[in-house]
Amino acid sequence: MGLGNEKGLILISAIVEHKPGVLHRISNMFRRRDFNIESISVGVTEFKDLARMTITVKGDANTANQVVKQMAKLIDVVQVNVLDWANSVQRELALIKLKAETHEKRSEIMDYTSVFRGRIIDVSRDSLIVEVTGDSDKIDAFINLTISFGIIEVARTGITALSRGVISPIENEGKA
Amino acid sequence: MSVLNKSSGGKALLEALKKEGASIIFGIPGGAILPIYDELYDFEIRHVLCQHEQSAAHMADGFARASGKPGVCFATSGPGATNLVTGIANAYMDSSPIIAVTGQVPKPMIGKDAFQEVDIIGITTPITKYNFQPRSASEIPETVKKAFFIATTGRKGPVLIDIPKDVQTEECELNFPDKIIVRGYNPYKKPCEKQINAAVELLASAEKPMILAGGGAAYPEASSYLLKISELLLAPVATSLMGKGAFPEDHPLSLGLLGMHGTLTANKLISEADVLLSVGTRFSDRTTGKVNEFCKEAKIIHIDIDEAEISKNKRVDLAIVADASEALKVIYEGLLNRLNKKGETPWFKRIKEFKEVWEGWIFEEESNKELKPIPILKILRKTLPVDAILVTEVGQNQMWSALYFKVFTPRTFITSGGLGTMGFGLPASIGAKAAKPDVPVVDVAGDGSFMMTENAISVSVAEKFPVIVVIINNRVLGMVAQWQRLFYERRYSAVKLDRVDFVKLAEAYGANGVKVQDLNEFSKALQNSLKLDVTSVIDVPISPEENVLPMVPPGSSLEKIMGVEKWDWVMKKG
Repeated sequence: MGLGNEKGLILISAIVEHKPGVLHRISNMFRRRDFNIESISVGVTEFKDLARMTITVKGDANTANQVVKQMAKLIDVVQVNVLDWANSVQRELALIKLKAETHEKRSEIMDYTSVFRGRIIDVSRDSLIVEVTGDSDKIDAFINLTISFGIIEVARTGITALSRGVISPIENEGKA
Repeated sequence: MSVLNKSSGGKALLEALKKEGASIIFGIPGGAILPIYDELYDFEIRHVLCQHEQSAAHMADGFARASGKPGVCFATSGPGATNLVTGIANAYMDSSPIIAVTGQVPKPMIGKDAFQEVDIIGITTPITKYNFQPRSASEIPETVKKAFFIATTGRKGPVLIDIPKDVQTEECELNFPDKIIVRGYNPYKKPCEKQINAAVELLASAEKPMILAGGGAAYPEASSYLLKISELLLAPVATSLMGKGAFPEDHPLSLGLLGMHGTLTANKLISEADVLLSVGTRFSDRTTGKVNEFCKEAKIIHIDIDEAEISKNKRVDLAIVADASEALKVIYEGLLNRLNKKGETPWFKRIKEFKEVWEGWIFEEESNKELKPIPILKILRKTLPVDAILVTEVGQNQMWSALYFKVFTPRTFITSGGLGTMGFGLPASIGAKAAKPDVPVVDVAGDGSFMMTENAISVSVAEKFPVIVVIINNRVLGMVAQWQRLFYERRYSAVKLDRVDFVKLAEAYGANGVKVQDLNEFSKALQNSLKLDVTSVIDVPISPEENVLPMVPPGSSLEKIMGVEKWDWVMKKG
C-alpha cells in the first residue's frame, strides 16, 4: 500500500455515487473515525452518475489502510484506492488576488506569473487575480514569492489526481 | 417484476415489507406517519403498539437476534425518530439487522424547521449501515428491497427509511422489482485460498492453539464448524460478550467469557497461547484489555466479513475476509486433510486443571440460602430449558449473566454488547418472545437499567408477550458503584436508587409481581412464573456491596485480574 509523500500526506482517489448527501456521508465518516482531511476535491467524471473525490489525509500506512477500508465500506463508494504519489499526477488550482497599486508592481507580478506558467485573469486599478495550476508545492512557492506584494484573498481547490496509465477499471453503461 | 394497480406510498411500503417477510412491526404512530398507519388499519400484518420508540427499536433488535430475521420498527418524524436513535445505534454496534421506518414532514416543508421536523437522515448516518429518503411513492418498493438486502447481508446492521408524508399519500403505479443492484456494495466475499492454507498451516503446527469467538461467530453454521475445529485441535474457546452462544459452555474446551469481566481461565490462558484463531470480533477494549499486551506471544489469525475490522484495533498476522461459516468450513476441511485428531496434549491438560479449579470455586455448592448473584444465575440455568432465551439489561446484572450463566447455542443469549444500552433488556426480551413464543424468555435485570424502559411491561402484558423479568436488585447503579468502590475510594456519587416498589409496579401494569427473600423462594417464584401466561417481575434483593469479580481494571492487561488472589498458585504455574 502506497505511503504518504514527504509531508506525510496520503493521496486517496474514490469513485462515488453522484447524488445528494454522498459528500456528507463520506466527510462524516472521516470525522467520526477521527481522520483529518487536509484537502478534498469533488467533481463529475466520464460517467454521468459517478463523481470522483480526491482526498488527502495526514497519517501513516495504518491510517491509509483504515481510511480506504472504511471508505470502501460506505455503500455510496463504488471504488477507492490510495494513489502512489510517483505513479500518479496531481494538480491544484489556485486563484490569488494580489495588491498591485503601481505599474512596476503589476509588471513584476506578471513576470513571476509567466515564470510559473500562470495567468492573469482579472485586473483592477489596485489589484490582480492570478490563476496558477500545478502541484501544491508550486502553488506554495508562488504564494511565498508574491506574499510581499500583499495578498488580498486566496482560493485553492485542493489536490485532484489521477493514476498514470490505463487502469481505470470502472465499467458503467451510463458513460457520458 | 410484478405490477400492482395504483396505490399509495404507504400501502406500497406495507406490501413491500410483507414481500420481504416482515410479520410484525413495533411502533408508535404520529402525525407524519399517519398515512402509513391508516393503510395498516386493514392490512394483515401484526403491529405492536409501544410506549416509547427506544423500546420499539430494541424490540425489533431482540426479534432479529432471536429469530435471525430482520426486525421492523415504525416511528413518526421529529421526536419519534430521535427516540429511535439509541435503539438504532445499539443495533449498529452489535451488527443486528433492523429496518426502521420514520415518517417525515411533507417534501415542501423539508428544511423549513416545520413542526416535528428533524434531519433523521443526517442524525443516523453514522449509526446505520445505510439510510434512504424516497422522494416519490414509486421509489418505495425498490427502496425496501434494498434496505432488507443491505441490512441482512455481509456485516448485518440497521437501515433507516425516512418517508415524507406526501410520499406516503402519493398515488402511483407500483412495480416490485425482482432484482436490485447496489453498485458500491458487494457483501459476498469468498475466503482467499492462500490465506486459508496459511491459517491451516499455522493452526496445525500450533502447540497451544486457542480460539476467540466474537459476535460474528455466534451464528448456527459458524458455531458448528467452530466446535469441529476446536475438538480437532484441542483448542480451547473463549468468547467475547457478543460471542456468547458461539460455543457450548458446558464443553470441556469452553473457557467462557474473555475480557474485563472474563473468567480466570480465559484471561489467564490467552496470554499463554501460541496461535489465536479469532472469528468475527473487533477486539473491543472490553475484550482485550490493554491492546498492546493482548495475546502477545501468539500469532493471530482474524476472520471477519468486514474488511475494515482487520487490524483496526489489533494488528493481526493473518487476515481472512469472509463470512465466518464459509471460512471456518474450509479451514476445517484443510485441517482434516492435514492432521489426525490429537491425543491429550500438555496444553489440554493445563486447560483441564485450570478449569477444575475455577469451576470448583464458582460453582461450589452454596451452603446458605442467601441471595447472591452466582447462585441466582445457577438456579436460573438449572431451571430454564436449554433453548430458553436469556436477555440481559446492562451493568452488573449483565456481567454476572455473561460470567455465570452457561449458554449452549447461538441466539439464546441476547445482550447489548457494543453500546451498553441500559434499558435494552426488557424491550429486547419482548422482541425475542415475539420471535420465539414457545420458549421461555427471561430478562435478567438490574434495578437501574430496568427502570429506564420499565413501561415496556405494559406492552408485554397488553400484547401478550409473557416474559419473565428477574431484577437483581441492589438499589444502586451497581456497576458505577462498583467502580466507585474499587477506583474512586468509595465516593458514591449519585448512585443510590431504592425508589420503587417493583411488586406494585408490576401489578399496576397487570403483570405478576413477587419479591423473594432467599434462594428457595427465588427458585419457587421462577418455576411458578414459567407456568404463568402473564408477564412476571421477580424482585430479588441483594447486597449493594456485591462486586462482579473477577475484574480486569480498565486499561490494564488481561493478566492483572482482581478478585482471584486466592488462586495465585494456579496463576503462577504454567
